[in-house]
Amino acid sequence: MINYIIRRLLLLIPVFIGVSILAFALLRLIPGDPAKSMLGNKATEAQLQSLRAELKLNDPLPVQYASYMKDVIKGDLGKSIKSHDSVIKEISTRLPATIELSLFALIIAIVIGVLAGIISAAKRSSWFDHLSMTGALFGVSMPIFWLGLMMIWLFSVTLHWLPPSGRLSVGTHLQTITNFYLVDSILTGNWFAFKDSLAHILMPGFALGTIPMAIIARMTRSSMLEVLNQDFIRTANAKGLAKYLVIFKHALKNAFLPVLTVIGFQFGFLLGGAVLTETIFSWPGVGRYVYQSILSRDYPVVQSTILIIAVMFVLINLITDILYKYFDPRIRYD
Amino acid sequence: MGENFLLQVRDLHTQFVTQSGVVKAVDGVNFEVKPGETLGIVGESGSGKSMTALSIMKLVPSPPGEIVKGEILYNGDDLIKKTEKQMRHIRGNKISMIFQDPMTSLNPVFTVGEQLTETLRTHRNVSKRQALEHATELLNLVGIPDPKARLKNYPHEFSGGMRQRVMIAMALACDPELLIADEPTTALDVTVQAQILELLKKLQKELGMAIIMITHDLGVVAEICDRVMVMYAGKQVEFTDRFRLFDVPKHPYTWGLLNSIPKMEKEKKRLKAISGHPPDLRHLRKGCPFAERCPKAKASCRIQAPHLQEVEPGHLVSCLLYEEEKVTLE
Repeated sequence: MINYIIRRLLLLIPVFIGVSILAFALLRLIPGDPAKSMLGNKATEAQLQSLRAELKLNDPLPVQYASYMKDVIKGDLGKSIKSHDSVIKEISTRLPATIELSLFALIIAIVIGVLAGIISAAKRSSWFDHLSMTGALFGVSMPIFWLGLMMIWLFSVTLHWLPPSGRLSVGTHLQTITNFYLVDSILTGNWFAFKDSLAHILMPGFALGTIPMAIIARMTRSSMLEVLNQDFIRTANAKGLAKYLVIFKHALKNAFLPVLTVIGFQFGFLLGGAVLTETIFSWPGVGRYVYQSILSRDYPVVQSTILIIAVMFVLINLITDILYKYFDPRIRYD
Repeated sequence: MGENFLLQVRDLHTQFVTQSGVVKAVDGVNFEVKPGETLGIVGESGSGKSMTALSIMKLVPSPPGEIVKGEILYNGDDLIKKTEKQMRHIRGNKISMIFQDPMTSLNPVFTVGEQLTETLRTHRNVSKRQALEHATELLNLVGIPDPKARLKNYPHEFSGGMRQRVMIAMALACDPELLIADEPTTALDVTVQAQILELLKKLQKELGMAIIMITHDLGVVAEICDRVMVMYAGKQVEFTDRFRLFDVPKHPYTWGLLNSIPKMEKEKKRLKAISGHPPDLRHLRKGCPFAERCPKAKASCRIQAPHLQEVEPGHLVSCLLYEEEKVTLE
């Protein structure tokens, strides 16, 4: 097991190199002069020269790549052209925001999706089954931007229940420790900030969680249906076990493997793909940051963020693979 | 009859409603099991023997299956009238069941110890430690070496025969009065089959439970059963003790079954298979369901359905051959 984890972590290196080459090439493949496209047409020759010097754009490509990688390994992901802050610093507040939102969305998706899937499978062809599977179909087909706007219109504009944007209301003070606001407010015992940040995360969380929820629900249902027909379920019933034990213990642990795969995949996807949700709800996360950086041609930021998201994606996949062993002891890693 | 029966099944009908019609999987079956005896239920695939067993446990997959008529008296109590909760108290506790394929009948993601103690903890008020101790004893009882260490193993770490032993241990966990064994040896190697049958015989002697042995193998019947019920197309066609079944079989279908066993002492001949196929249970014709394949079938067999009747003491047959004989005798 330990060997397997080490081997998988070593495999990160080629992935890292591959992604870094792609991210690196992104900046260099822009037609024309990258310095010009970043600074715009109004830039003076001196400004262009200094940017070229800063990004070492005059060196041969391999040399550029080598010096970029050297910096990355040292933990220097470059500087934003717009804010002149280091990318690390910019991301250190935004990444927790994105992770918090993704985790929140994923937890909602798992709890509701798995439960709906189980009940649909256990009560196949019941009204609940039809209702939840129709709901899931709507869930996967609903464009997030539309759903988000409708939620804002209903809950913020019309009902005034929830704030439409941001992570905290203006004027709410919160001492940040981890930059996960929900966690920080609990750690500091600041219940007002907790309620406030919870109110802020509800809508983007649900909007972001809809598609994973629908996919998880459908996957759980079909996987459970398959497992519930297995012989060992008949055995469990023949032992006189209570129905909830048969379904939630014997069937679910067997049915969970494909669901886990989907969850891992969706989590990676949420981390990198929350662009729409973060933009609609003005959530100060990585997705929105990348989106703005692309628009403002802040390529060092784009390049480094892609790298970070890719590494996290791979790590989440590794965690998923390790969790498989818990759900299915037949899996061997050696 | 003043006899004390553990289980009495009266006029049991179990149906499956499918899109292409109603399948009468069990069609008016009557039998009883005395405490401590072994009753064999014999028949080919689809004859309704497994469904009879699942009906007793009330585990017929529903929908589409349903017990539509009859009584299943366990110690005088009708199981059909019991609620699901009451049935759970009986399953695995008073009546337990082992299945055909030990490869798929154990849950692959839980240890054997977990699956064994679970039954105990469901039906007996025991601590986890007591349950583990009992589980060790059970594995020892069914002949699994190094039981304590084996409790921590998963089913895939056992061989087929060993898994069936685990299944048996699980079924015996709460000292049931009746063990239903649904083709417990079919999926196993011949040598292992013999070991499992020996084990069941030994355990029955030690623990005194009754066994319903469902099989299509008359060898198993000869080995272990006291009385035998032969089923065909959901109906019981013959019911008698083991000796009479092999010595004086009455029903043409039973003749067919016996003829299709190779015999050691006789010269080599081609085995006589029963010609034709079992009928489609969705579209049963009038008359005897075996009539199409019966070497003795008469015109009346295709019109009139036979009834189960005692043709000799302790020997029940459902065949017009004997009904007419009786009529002519009278």
